[in-house]
Amino acid sequence: MRIAIASGKGGTGKTTVVANLAVHLKNSKHSVAVADCDVEEPNLHLFLNPHLDIEKTAVVPIPEVDNELCTGDDCGLCAQLCRFKSLILMAGEVMVFPELCHGCGLCTLACPEKAITEGSRAIGVVRSGKANCIPFTEGEMKIGEAMAPPLIEEVKAASPQCDIELIDCPPGTSCPVIKALDGVDFAVLVTEPTPFGLHDLDLAVLTLRQLRIPFGVVINRDGMGNSCVHDYLNREKITLLGAIPHSLKAAQAYSKGLLHVGNVEGFDDHYAKLWENIQQSIGEARS
Amino acid sequence: MIIAVSSQGPGLASSIDPRFGRAAGFVVIDTDTDEHSYFDNEQNLQLAQGAGIQAAQNVAKTGAQAILTGHVGPKAFLALDKGKIQIFLGASGTVAEALEAYKNGTMQPASAPDKQGHW
Repeated sequence: MRIAIASGKGGTGKTTVVANLAVHLKNSKHSVAVADCDVEEPNLHLFLNPHLDIEKTAVVPIPEVDNELCTGDDCGLCAQLCRFKSLILMAGEVMVFPELCHGCGLCTLACPEKAITEGSRAIGVVRSGKANCIPFTEGEMKIGEAMAPPLIEEVKAASPQCDIELIDCPPGTSCPVIKALDGVDFAVLVTEPTPFGLHDLDLAVLTLRQLRIPFGVVINRDGMGNSCVHDYLNREKITLLGAIPHSLKAAQAYSKGLLHVGNVEGFDDHYAKLWENIQQSIGEARS
Repeated sequence: MIIAVSSQGPGLASSIDPRFGRAAGFVVIDTDTDEHSYFDNEQNLQLAQGAGIQAAQNVAKTGAQAILTGHVGPKAFLALDKGKIQIFLGASGTVAEALEAYKNGTMQPASAPDKQGHW
């Protein structure tokens, strides 16, 4: 079963929830794996301290043009058809701009002279290993790279099959998140009880409804801010899966890279309750 | 010689558009006959990415050998360079004024882009 932890807004506590939930599940003898799909800024490793012994370069295909075969100005089909505008005809030759290419392969298919073949371009790395017996996978995009979805796909593919797979999503509601959510059974949306948190939670809710993925919400730092998120959940009939209290001790533990489970009094219970509610919601979604 | 100028409007009295890839349009002038024409760049303005290189391709199609504009990024620079189109940056005022500055030799051809690439 794949469970995504998403949020809309960055900095609400996705990674905190993933790390603590994973350890709670492991402690209660579940088979659990984690995948950090926030490839633009992976940080789950800071809390789970994995030993990562496998590293693989992730590549996307890019067109390579054989100028001997290419008829240049007489054709121009590749430049014309490219949806991403990554090819142009200049001085009678096709120029490829790899950083704009999404690797869809249309130009290769379309070329009547078979002058285009698929080369490859590295976009980042996928690392995997174990964090205290929990299979751990993460991706890290190359600096200056903008193409997160193909790398996210590779992170998910590299994550070993376990009874429960937790996916730490990137923030926002754009392509990387959609890719991270692809094929998950359930999503946990993390928010904070502030107007800012609510604004982005609403965007995430719209996204998940559009994708028809069952979901529930966990409020992090509950007790700060105001009641706007609680009111919203009631109004929208969205399940509140849990509320992690706003706590100085929790913030102190976090700042040292420590997990809340096992370190902050009372928090083991919060995560136990959260897991119970997630299971119940998944059960209801299936029936 | 044919010169293209990035412009906010269709004539010689129109203001320069300092952007290259996302210029409103281009005034294309034949310096031998003083005739000019205009093509708008509307399509490229809407592109999510690749506006600079598309504009470069379209400018090349006019037969222009030089472009007068405000700024140019790395990918457009590469494309224009490949098309052997000279790039003159920092154009300001109207199209006519930029053309005058070019003819007086007060504009120097750029040897590198002056803007960072972006998405």
